[in-house]
Amino acid sequence: MKIRAQIAMVLNLDKCIGCHTCSVTCKNVWTNREGVEYAWFNNVETKPGVGYPKEWENQKKWNGGWRRKKNGRIEPKMGAKWRILANIFANPDLPEIDDYYEPFTFDYEHLHTAKESKAFPTARPRSAITGERMEKIEWGPNWEEILGGEFEKRSKDVNFEGVQKDIYGQFENTFMMYLPRLCEHCLNPACAAVCPSGAIYKREEDGIVLIDQDKCRGWRMCVSGCPYKKIYYNWSSGKSEKCIFCYPRIEAGQPTVCSETCVGRIRYLGVILYDADRIEAAATTPDEKDLYQAQLDVFLDPNDPAVITQARADGIPDNWLEAAKLSPVWKMAMEWKIAFPLHPEYRTLPMVWYVPPLSPIQSAAAAGKMGVDGDMPDVRSLRIPLQYLANLLTAGKEEPVALALERMLAMRSYMRAKTIDGRLDEAIAARVGLTGAAIDEMYKVMAIANYEDRFVIPTAHREWSEDAQDMRGSCGFSFGNGCSGGSTETNLFGTKQAKRPTNPMEIA
Amino acid sequence: MSNAINYALFGWYPYLCLTVFLLGSLLRFDREQYTWKTGSSQLLRRRQLRWGSNLFHVGILAIFGGHFVGLLMPIWIFDMLGISHSFKQGLAIVVGGIAGIACFIGIALLAHRRLFDARIRKTSSFGDIAILLLLWLQLTLGLSTIFVSLGHMDGHEMVKFMNWAQGILTLQPSASAYVSDVHPIFKAHLFLGMTIFLVFPFTRLVHVWSAPVWYLGRPGYQVVRTRFAGRRSSTPVPAVRFPAPGRSVATAPIRQPAE
Repeated sequence: MKIRAQIAMVLNLDKCIGCHTCSVTCKNVWTNREGVEYAWFNNVETKPGVGYPKEWENQKKWNGGWRRKKNGRIEPKMGAKWRILANIFANPDLPEIDDYYEPFTFDYEHLHTAKESKAFPTARPRSAITGERMEKIEWGPNWEEILGGEFEKRSKDVNFEGVQKDIYGQFENTFMMYLPRLCEHCLNPACAAVCPSGAIYKREEDGIVLIDQDKCRGWRMCVSGCPYKKIYYNWSSGKSEKCIFCYPRIEAGQPTVCSETCVGRIRYLGVILYDADRIEAAATTPDEKDLYQAQLDVFLDPNDPAVITQARADGIPDNWLEAAKLSPVWKMAMEWKIAFPLHPEYRTLPMVWYVPPLSPIQSAAAAGKMGVDGDMPDVRSLRIPLQYLANLLTAGKEEPVALALERMLAMRSYMRAKTIDGRLDEAIAARVGLTGAAIDEMYKVMAIANYEDRFVIPTAHREWSEDAQDMRGSCGFSFGNGCSGGSTETNLFGTKQAKRPTNPMEIA
Repeated sequence: MSNAINYALFGWYPYLCLTVFLLGSLLRFDREQYTWKTGSSQLLRRRQLRWGSNLFHVGILAIFGGHFVGLLMPIWIFDMLGISHSFKQGLAIVVGGIAGIACFIGIALLAHRRLFDARIRKTSSFGDIAILLLLWLQLTLGLSTIFVSLGHMDGHEMVKFMNWAQGILTLQPSASAYVSDVHPIFKAHLFLGMTIFLVFPFTRLVHVWSAPVWYLGRPGYQVVRTRFAGRRSSTPVPAVRFPAPGRSVATAPIRQPAE
């Protein structure tokens, strides 16, 4: 047993209202720079839909993630190491920027400077790459917002697998959900595995996956290797970039920017202890549908004395062990089993988990479209959303998702009985395998969702590895190149082409 | 061409170029890691890159290998192996010719893409365009030497270049004399070749140094970095083939001097 700790995240999709505050605050902090205008370390998609970049879940097209070989081992779906090197001159699995979208800005200046005319002046779009006029914006980071566009296109969503085609139309009107996505900081990251330079690494102390900007050479294999398409090639710097889980904040005990600013309070951050020696066995599980359970088996109980002893021996600080006991992620994933990994079939063992949304069940129940089991809607009678959610979260295994949805419904009905009828109905809890006390705790964490319950983040022990005296006067966070911003004005090597400021309307 | 000019170009200039090439690469690697990259533009435009880049790279690697072996392997080894000079020249012409044509097609595609695709053109630096055109010119010169070489298939001229290259690398003061009377096309090819070495550290060509062949030797797939310096010596990470503990890249604490 080799115990490591990771700060993991859970997103309660049941409460996501699709406001994009997470995406916007993230962009303002991390990707508001040349070269990554098109990159959203955090984005929110409307499902069903093909998402961003287009059809990112279709690994037949992009070859992301891992593949289990006949001999029981796994290798990147892109191919073994020699295969990856053989494709290094031109990566056949790399999306083009149009698969994300061509970044654009608008000629706002024109609104100020336009001369008097009969028609209103307009701010027309312009490409952020070439600076040229874009007559029509064809795609964007959230083009399918609230089921925008034709269903014909959105139905390419691979999560429809196993759902009958003729029920698509009916389905369209009953089911919609938001899916905020960020880097999964996997236990078995495919991006790190396919990086020929070895620039991508997982931090032992908190599990955050990072790209060493100095060591990245821009071979761009990670972009294809990541099945979530959450690594972005910066076309200006020539380096790949990704969500850094706001590690400077995490180290200081603060939540990530996306979590901090989430107005729906859907995000949870907490410590998960796991056994690094079990990762291989979990990732090579023969049946995809068992991968969810296999990953649960990698996690370790923070209250188990044997685990605590071993964790101390493996160098995990005491404040981390204490935080692990209070971890909301542990509670939701392990105790209540209501949170699930995103696409476990990619075999990356992702560490950003999701509570499935009840909204499709609720709306169907309200419309009288589904069976009722006692006083609760019968989740299992709503086949299509269940299959869809299972394809998204458990590699198609419906049972765990159904149980999670039932537990969330039970929480509502138990709390309704408690607060409105004034009775404690243990039968409701027992029916879904919980106790009244557990439901009270669920309610506190999931419905009330106080700040201190959502974010239990121990501070990092920097003093273990760094000499504060040496760090005096040094720069903090920077984009490589020591304290410089990454681009030096006068530079013998690789000076960037100076951008001449132009007034867009003058050259249009 | 007067002796003085010949000496300057082929006796003195090579050392300038080699010095800048090696020292410049070292300095850039040491000081400017963030700029050390391939500069791939595949994200912005896939079209023409698959054929262009593959043909170009495979061709130029074959050509580079051919030049390396052909110029620097001592003549006595060829003699010992019983490879006649004319056969060696013939081989160089055929293999180099095929690789050269492949490379030429590739670089033509890449140049067309770089110059005429707005996305690539607008995001190219002066260096990106200049080095591409330099390589293209050098390739054209190299291919045109084939026609000169076909005029004397005895391998005599080729030996001159071998003597010159090996003379330069073994610090023989009179090395430039070996190439004093070769065809001007060869001289232009030599000069431009040395110039490419000269500008090498200032362009994206530095990615050649970083060809990630070591990837094949990585134990397992995963890379994990530990921060706790003290624990590294006491609990070495076992060399498991896979996964995360497969390799632990020890990182020294980052110390950045105040600028």
